[in-house]
Order: sequence, then C-alpha cells, then structure tokens
Amino acid sequence: MSDICISAASVSHSYDAATALTDVDLEVPRGSLFGLLGPNGSGKTTLFRLFATLLPLQAGSIKICGSDLQEDPAAIRRMLGVTFQSPAVDVRLTVVENLQCHGRIYGLPRGTLVKRIDELLEQFSLSDRRKSIVGELSGGLRRRVELAKGLLHRPEVLLLDEPSTGLDPAARRQFWDMIHEQQQKEGTTVVLTTHLMQEAECCAHLILMDKGQIVSQGSPQTLQASIDGDRLSIRTRDSVELKAELESLLRVKARDVGSRLCFRVPDGAAALQHVMSTCGDQILSAEVASPSLEDVFLEVTGHGFEDNVAHGAVFPGEAAS
Amino acid sequence: MNASSQHSSMWSGAWALAWRELIRFFRQRTRVIGAIGQPVIFWVLFGAGLGRSFQPPEWASGLSQPLTYQEYFFPGVAVLIVMFTAIFSTISIIEDRREGFLQGVLAAPVPRSVIVLGKVLGGTVLAVVQASIFLLVGPLLSYVGLSPGLQIALNPLPAILAALFLTLIAVELTGLGFLIAWPMNSTQGFHAIMSVFLMPMWLLSGAFFPGGGEDWLSWIIRLNPLTYGVAGLRRLLYSGTLPVTDSLPSMSACVGVTVGFSVVICLICVRLVSRPMTHNVT
Repeated sequence: MSDICISAASVSHSYDAATALTDVDLEVPRGSLFGLLGPNGSGKTTLFRLFATLLPLQAGSIKICGSDLQEDPAAIRRMLGVTFQSPAVDVRLTVVENLQCHGRIYGLPRGTLVKRIDELLEQFSLSDRRKSIVGELSGGLRRRVELAKGLLHRPEVLLLDEPSTGLDPAARRQFWDMIHEQQQKEGTTVVLTTHLMQEAECCAHLILMDKGQIVSQGSPQTLQASIDGDRLSIRTRDSVELKAELESLLRVKARDVGSRLCFRVPDGAAALQHVMSTCGDQILSAEVASPSLEDVFLEVTGHGFEDNVAHGAVFPGEAAS
Repeated sequence: MNASSQHSSMWSGAWALAWRELIRFFRQRTRVIGAIGQPVIFWVLFGAGLGRSFQPPEWASGLSQPLTYQEYFFPGVAVLIVMFTAIFSTISIIEDRREGFLQGVLAAPVPRSVIVLGKVLGGTVLAVVQASIFLLVGPLLSYVGLSPGLQIALNPLPAILAALFLTLIAVELTGLGFLIAWPMNSTQGFHAIMSVFLMPMWLLSGAFFPGGGEDWLSWIIRLNPLTYGVAGLRRLLYSGTLPVTDSLPSMSACVGVTVGFSVVICLICVRLVSRPMTHNVT
C-alpha cells in the first residue's frame, strides 16, 4: 500500500468567471494530520469540496487511496468521512437517530451499526446524550455528533472543513483532543481546512494557500523556521502618531494587527531595548516572539492574512459563515 | 461493491431518508394540523356555503340519490390533503440544503437518486396516511351534522383500491413538488409557485367544481394530469357505476395518465439530482 493517501496534480477550478484554484499539486501522506491554511477566498474550501466529490473536477487529476476521483467517485466516497463547516446533522432528530440515518445511507448492516454507534458515543462522551434532540445541544456537542457521524463507517480519510468554527476555546480544545486521538489510535488520515493559526499549528503538515495557489508547505515548525529574525509586537498609547516614528527607528514597515503594531526585526531583544529607551513612556506593552505562521504568510505572499477579504476576493459560497 | 449490494444500499439509504421524513413530520405538530386541518375546514365550510348553488354534473344523474356538493367535493379534499403533504415534505429539500444536511447525503457512496426515492417514499407514506384518515373520518362528520350522509361504499376491496390509487397520486404530486423545490434556493420561491401553479392545478382538476361552461376551461381540465387523479378516486369511492363523460374519464385512462405522469416526473427528478450543482454545497 502506498504511503500517499491523497495526491492532486495540476488541479484547477473556476466558478463562472472567478478562478478559485490554479494548478494545485499536493501529496497527503497516509495517517498524517494535514492542514490547508489560507484566508477566505484562498481556494482551500474549493479544494476540500473537490476531495469530498461535491464539485466536478474541471482540470487536473486527484487520487484518493488509490482511486481516481474522475473514474470512481463512489469508491472514494466510501473511504471518506466528511465534516462540513455548516453542520450536516438534522437538528430535529436525536443524536442516535442522526447516526442511524447516516449509517443506513452508508449501507452499514444493522448489527454493525448498533455496535458502532455505541462505540462512538462512548468515544466522544455522548452516551448520556443519545436521546437528546441535536438542535438543543451546544455547538461543541453538535460538532462531536457531526464528527461521530463522519467516523461511523470507519473511513480511511477524515475531511474537515473549518472544524472549529463557532466553538468556544474549551470546546475547541476538546474537539482537537478527539481528532488527535482518532488519528493516533486508528491511523486515520485527517485533512482539514482552516483560517485559524492556532488550529494550523496543531497539524503535522501544512499547505499555505493564497489566491487559489499553494504558496508554501511543510510542518508548522519548518515553515516558522524558514524565515529569519523575530517579531516585535507593540501596543502604544497612540499608534497613529508613533507608527512613523517606530518605523524610522527600526527601519522596517509596521503592520497593524488589531490594536498592535508588528515589526519583523533581525534581533528582537536589541530592537526592544532600542524602542524602550527611545519612546518607552508611550508604550503600553511590547512582546518579542519567533515568527508566527502569519509572518510566514506575509513573507511569501507580500500581504497580510486578512487583506484578501477586504479586497473582496471571496468566491461564491466560500465566505466565512 | 457489486451491483446487487449497491442496489440494496440504495434502498436502505432511501428508507433511511423516508424514515427521517416521518420522524420530522410527527415532531412538528403544526405540520399535521396544516396538512389535514385546512382541507377538512374547506370541506365543511365550502360544502355548507356552496351546497345550494351546486349543479351536479351530467354523469351524476345515474346515481341513486342526487349528488350533494360535499359528496362531489369529497375526493377533491383527499387529493388536496395529498397535495399539501407533498408540498410540505418537498419544501424541506430547500431547508435541508440550507441547513447543510443535504451535502452529507451528496458525499455518501449512494447514487443521488436515493434523495428522490427517499423524499417520494416519505412524502407518499405521509400523504396516504393522512388522506386515508380523512376518507375514513369524513363520512362520520355527517353524524354531528357537519356533512350530509355520503353515498360511499365502505367495503374492504374498494377501500384498498382507493388507498392504492391515492398512493399513485401521492407519488405523482411528491415528485412534482420535488421537481419544483430542487432548483430553488428559498422557500418563498416555492410558495410563489404553489399559489400560481399548484393550487390552480388542483382547482382545475374537477376537484372543486365540475368542468363545463367555457370551452377553454374544459380544455384545461382535460389536459390537467391531476384531473385523472381526482376522477379515478371519485370512481373508486362512489358506489355504483358512473358513465364516462368529458369531465369524468374512464378508470383505465385515470390509471394510465396518473402512472405515466408519475414515472415521467420521477425520471426527470432523478436526472435533475444527478447533475452536480454548485448551490448544493453551502
């Protein structure tokens, strides 16, 4: 059995006039936790939908677990567990009814289905919720039902589209623990799309996407190590006035991130000292850190992570919900 | 997977979707009231209001007693219940798509025709159950003075035949509802089609008033496939043999047109769902 679980070659896709993907090549190793990171409109959700066989393949080729997506989508669907950004659970059905319905659609024999449902409810700590109506559950619990549903037929590949959307930090942590457990115990290949840096950092392998193309790839650590220097973030009393002054002092352009100004500097400690001695009285807080994935993105694309959205480069149906 | 196991997973998928349809229906009490309550109110009120001005059609002269309006309207109300149920169950496709449930089915290893099969199966079961309840309970309303005594045969064989024929009408109307709902993005759009197309289709099927009068009206009634559904049910419900006239086609024509129309509608639905569409994914 090959070690590559998903391979895509020269995949392009467009919605009417808007190009969503251009010439994408990638390989997902079997059993890995693989992330597609990019801002809204970067094409990651289009790629996800192509993998999930929900969109027709327009150009290029995709192979999943040895089957060609164009020739045998049915074989691929059997190997996939898919969790969508907008939950595909029926909110009027109970937890068990949702799982039963899904299992029957996947053609699981009755005995296997009953056993598997019990196993998954146990695994996702949902046993005491089996008779709850899904619409009455919290967002975190609903996600777990969704995940259990996706894993019911023991898929080789689990596809997750923006899995943490709408979850509070505690629910997000729990959800991630469950994903890790599934991947490590069962060897399931997990492929997910995300626009959240913290989520991307949990992946073993990352693909950075921008404007329909892969701009960089590697493990989060390699990506972060690929750019030199440090990141200095500063919160000031009056960022407008001080911005120009700090820029000339550090000889780099500042980037506004929320209420902070971020600078890429060769030596963080020295820069911090320099800033504090010159205009320390106007600074509320300052932090030196090694470059984040956001810095990597900025380095390779030349623009910030959120800039795309402001330019309206969001494809149909791909806006964040 | 071989052909036969694919076949069986298709049926188990369709049953799963139909079963879901039934659970959803019974969890929403208002839907039960809407689908059965309104037609019954129509039947009692229109029956009481229009009874005196009703002119029985020529085919009714052969009946042992004169035909009252409520009797005339009776099969039409059963078809209205079927139509309402079909509309309510197919309109949920739009919700399924919006809520995201549909994409889970589209990503499953079953042919997309299970979506049609599941919807039609679920809608049909609901429609037949409700219309049958009406057909059984309706005549009892005469005991409380809400309807006149009906000349209706309550023998097992005609009852079974009527239930079978209702099933055909239900398949036809659920299929039609599916065809309208599938390409739609909003339930408002469906309501518009319902008012300008589905309700007139029912009104002009001989369910509400007999044909005759204007020529163009008779032609519309004759070309309306639902006319054959209403007429077929009428033939099965009334005791005694009725003559074949312009507004009351023969039983074989009724069965033929209803079966033919159902098959064509369902085939179009299957073709429609098999085409990948961007708006299926949210």
